Amino acid sequence: MSEPKTETGRLKLRTSALRAYTMLLALIAIWLFFQWATIDQYHPYGLFLGAINFSKLLQQTAVTGVLAVGMLMVIVSGNIDLSVGAVVGLAGGIAAMTQGWGLVPCLVAAIAVGLLIGALQGTLVAYVNIPSFIVTLGGLQAWRGVILKLTKGATIPVELPFFRSLGREFLDPRIGIALAVLGIAAITWTNIRRNRARHRHGLKTLSVSAIVTRIVVPSIVIVAFIILMNKAGGLPIPVIFLLAVALAGAFLTANTTFGRYLYAIGGNPDAARLSGINLQRYILAAFCLMGALAGLASLLHTARVGSASPDAGTLMELDAIASCVIGGTSLMGGRGTVFGAVLGALILSSLDNGMSLLNVENWAQYVVKGGVLVAAVGFDMFGRRKG
Amino acid sequence: MISHLLEMKAITKSFPGVKALDGVSFDLRAGEIHALVGENGAGKSTLIKILAGVYPHPEYGGKVFLEGAARRFASVRDSEQAGIAVIYQELSLVKDLSVAENIFLGREPRRFGIINWEELYSRAQKLLDDLHLTIDTGSPVRNLGIGHQQLVEIAKALSQNARIVVLDEPTAALTDAEVETLFGILNDLRARGVAMIYISHKLDEVFHISDRITVLRDGKTIDTTTTTETDEPRVIARMVGRSVDQIFPEAKHDRGEVVFEARDVTVEDPSVPGKLLVDHVGFTAHKGEVLGIAGLMGSGRSELLMAIFGAHPGRKSGEILVDGKQIQIAKPSDAIRNGIGFVTEDRKRYGLILDQTILKNMTLACLRRVSGRFVTSEDAEAAAGERAATELRIKAPSVFTVAGTLSGGNQQKVVLAKWLLTNPRVLFLDEPTRGIDVGAKQEIYAQINRLAESGLAIVLVSSELPEVLGLSDRVIVLHEGRVTGEFARSEATPEAVMSCATGHARRAA
Repeated sequence: MSEPKTETGRLKLRTSALRAYTMLLALIAIWLFFQWATIDQYHPYGLFLGAINFSKLLQQTAVTGVLAVGMLMVIVSGNIDLSVGAVVGLAGGIAAMTQGWGLVPCLVAAIAVGLLIGALQGTLVAYVNIPSFIVTLGGLQAWRGVILKLTKGATIPVELPFFRSLGREFLDPRIGIALAVLGIAAITWTNIRRNRARHRHGLKTLSVSAIVTRIVVPSIVIVAFIILMNKAGGLPIPVIFLLAVALAGAFLTANTTFGRYLYAIGGNPDAARLSGINLQRYILAAFCLMGALAGLASLLHTARVGSASPDAGTLMELDAIASCVIGGTSLMGGRGTVFGAVLGALILSSLDNGMSLLNVENWAQYVVKGGVLVAAVGFDMFGRRKG
Repeated sequence: MISHLLEMKAITKSFPGVKALDGVSFDLRAGEIHALVGENGAGKSTLIKILAGVYPHPEYGGKVFLEGAARRFASVRDSEQAGIAVIYQELSLVKDLSVAENIFLGREPRRFGIINWEELYSRAQKLLDDLHLTIDTGSPVRNLGIGHQQLVEIAKALSQNARIVVLDEPTAALTDAEVETLFGILNDLRARGVAMIYISHKLDEVFHISDRITVLRDGKTIDTTTTTETDEPRVIARMVGRSVDQIFPEAKHDRGEVVFEARDVTVEDPSVPGKLLVDHVGFTAHKGEVLGIAGLMGSGRSELLMAIFGAHPGRKSGEILVDGKQIQIAKPSDAIRNGIGFVTEDRKRYGLILDQTILKNMTLACLRRVSGRFVTSEDAEAAAGERAATELRIKAPSVFTVAGTLSGGNQQKVVLAKWLLTNPRVLFLDEPTRGIDVGAKQEIYAQINRLAESGLAIVLVSSELPEVLGLSDRVIVLHEGRVTGEFARSEATPEAVMSCATGHARRAA
């Protein structure tokens, strides 16, 4: 053992990562299928992946995707949040009702409501030791009740133009290009900095060609993405939020002590506690983040729909949980990635969007989505048994 | 010629990448206890799983004969019906069912599908009477101690008319008294003609109970000898493939100043108010010294360390001093900050996150120091982890290997590395070699000595007396939560320590 060796930087296929790659392939297969199925006389190459529809597909993913990122953190910590649908409804309703206070207060109010509810539920779970399933099952009903009381059952339209634009507007294509340049610069910079750090720690550095590949491949994806979005009028604002939340969530879970502790708590709470980790604090934090993200999702949803109705957000918690699970998250805690969760959300909305394009009947859409969820996990179990 | 009840000939079994068994032969006579020994990974469990039908017929090579007839067990059920019962280390009882229900689980006496409870309980009672056991057949298994649960498993095996009983580490969790009871029953069964395969790491027990001993190493049968014709050193030499003159290397520790002191530590049982698990215990740990804490199960050894570390749920009192300064420890992070490290017992439950990498396990308790306060650096961690892995000679493809795939000895080293990375002044070790093989034990012992020589204060708790006596410079003995003896290394004989541990004697240093 003369020279310490490490595999950092090489492609490491852990179970959860392997699952995510499988799902990435599944997503591409779904896209190609719908592209093929939507070929008609007006769309000789298919309609599904065209700029307009693809942009719409991503906008449809935004709300579920934002919720899935928060849900992932809660599930990884070994908990669950069944109340997010009701929180989306309540926070959205409060944002719509407080429009009279002005734009900023009403937006802040929605996120603050989500955060407060997350803090309350998180406290009950972490400090009072009530199982999260129970706390949030109670929340699911109670918060829906609060909406009915506050709105008296009425649907409230969104009147502030900027609020409305959150769900519908596009960024100027030039801003999209600027963001792409920024993104490519960031990727280049982190790769170079990372390699310097490896050198400093005495680890093996990557070859120049490897670094170039790690910069060029994501750059091509970014450029293609921006070109496609700009063809449809620019980056949709909800998609910007989804990207920002996903990037922040990925960073938080993979590159911070907070993220590491969440995985440790979910993976083995006893070992985590004996390693000096304050379990309660981090579980509370995960619920707070989930709440705040539910608040943000409520704004995107309300803005997109154009009004806050008392039953808004119903069943959204199940879409968020399904996204996580399809993306390889273990409901037992300790395993899962933000990448996988967002991928799961994208698979669900692709199925929704594609089946609507094909005029698949409503009942069949439900059956297919349910089947995909069970099949994804079944496939995983099968693979694990063989491996 | 002696007739064989069971013969296994030239058994081979491969897993992807490993040949677990390579031409193993083994035989068993009616009415004998045949011990199967070997290091972890030698192939003992694989051999037993073939016998039990867990690995069904075409998955292995070689032949199995029962009373001279070739048999091919295609399932666990097949093997059971042939009269083979395996009692695994992890007991397979349903905790909330009664003793009798467990004994007849899946084979309840029935009429028209309705369980005949009277018959079930009377047959269970008769089985227990035959074993001279006074266990209430109606009591839920949960309420029994581990030792009694083991005996219920044996009763269950007998209820299936087992002619061959396999016991896998049956004494791992038993007290000495329970071991005596178990051995009494095994002797009874032997007299009745039941054949037993006895798997254990504890060689003294093997020599006490067995008629013959078979040693496996690296998937091969090394030899089978009559127990009375061999001795422990010879068996150990065959197990490890080298002669072990001295399991415990002679170490020269330079005792330095007092680093750690616990005064009057008292811990209350969280479920039984007023009952004291630890009763005014105090001790000091010196720089460069190994302090052993001996005591039987239930003596309060682990509870003492857990309480000091801020991890015991019971009410506690007492004073803790590090470097002569009194400190308050309310939770484990307080202890870690003050330089206390704790290699806990039961690494799978308390030590490791089995599906995370070696590296993430190693840095869990020192993440903020090694990696960054909020933003982590995998490279900084990898650098620290590689150093620790090299220093402790952890055998794994890389630090990114998942901890759950390692052998017990290497897992234990990962836990050790985790605590060394916190830069402790005093290191608690609770059962550091439980369930790992002889070779790995020796490596852990060498590490303990090396750490003491490098100036760490070490507090060692172990239920294996030779281990405590072989490593410690000083030994304190606990009995029912109280200190009943303190010995210097030269005075600590097994007899003297044991008589304090059982409460027969008391002694001050």
